[in-house]
Amino acid sequence: MHANERARQLLAIADDELILGWRDSEWTGIAPTLEEDVAFSSIAQNEIGHARALYELAARELGSDADTLAFDRAPDDYLCAPLVELHLLDWAHTIARRWLYEEADRVRIEHLMRGDDELAGLAAKIDREETYHRLHAEMWAARLRDEPRFRAAVDELWPYALGVLPQELRPELARRVGLDGSNGFGDAHGRGSHRPELQELWETMTEVRRSAPGAQW
Amino acid sequence: MVTADEVWAALAEVPDPEIPVVSLVELGVIRDVRVSGHRVRVELTPTFLGCPALEAMKRELEAKVGALGAEAEVAVVHDDSWSTDKITAVGREKLRAAGFAPPAPRAAGPTTLVQLQSKAFRCPYCGSNETRLENIFGPTPCRSIRWCETCRQPFEQFKTI
Repeated sequence: MHANERARQLLAIADDELILGWRDSEWTGIAPTLEEDVAFSSIAQNEIGHARALYELAARELGSDADTLAFDRAPDDYLCAPLVELHLLDWAHTIARRWLYEEADRVRIEHLMRGDDELAGLAAKIDREETYHRLHAEMWAARLRDEPRFRAAVDELWPYALGVLPQELRPELARRVGLDGSNGFGDAHGRGSHRPELQELWETMTEVRRSAPGAQW
Repeated sequence: MVTADEVWAALAEVPDPEIPVVSLVELGVIRDVRVSGHRVRVELTPTFLGCPALEAMKRELEAKVGALGAEAEVAVVHDDSWSTDKITAVGREKLRAAGFAPPAPRAAGPTTLVQLQSKAFRCPYCGSNETRLENIFGPTPCRSIRWCETCRQPFEQFKTI
């Protein structure tokens, strides 16, 4: 694989994990129960840890460092999927996204684990940690399965979930979550364009770093 | 010149930043020590990638090796080589005595909800198996919260990795 192509692949996954970690952390303090407050905060922290490890790998290819890649790019230069950018204010949608993202991420990680490079080793580590995120998501998905609000949220977010994966891995995701892939996945919201709310997220996320360039703490 | 044994002995005194009752050596996160001349290369494997103590661990290891008069290089290894099975027997007992239930052994397949909800987990305070899962997540990525029905208090359970 070309070095630049490899770096872009790593950045796409790292950006997904960073931006979803940020979105999940927005529930800190206001989740419906204290236990979910703890769960979302911990999941968010761990997703951002995965982003850091992936940025470090990409940084070696690009002659950069993890913080520069995470915070010093313009919003349009992020490679994350629109699914993770969505600003969801509703618990049913939030759980639907967690569940769909974890399923899509699992397909992607298992694919990476089959490689024979350093990324395969990192993917195996990530996979083992994600087990706990998946248990949390599956527990909620099972609990809400018959709730109309949750089902509507899953249907609404499904094209976004497909957009997390490259074309060739989408049928596998459809099979695992039991959702329809018969239309050829033509309506997937894939990478390449951003949701308008990414700009607002980026402004908040990078505000401190932009206000004090080069600061160490 | 410093020897690898001297480095291991020195690192055995470095406490975990989050759970200072155990050392990083007892936690099993020091994967390798290589001495070449006055340089010492230490390989550190994170418990969880989201561990906020990783940078602190790195700094403490560098300082400890530096105090031996050697030049330290601490490399963080991002692969699947660390497991909670690498926590030493002494380390497990120190965790339990401090109120952290030691992790269950790593099974062949991924952990399931049924396993976590089973009564195979022992309360570190009273030893009862009458415990239930309160939250898969806890104060750090490596811990869950369980509740002991016998002594009626919550406790922290190390996640199996």
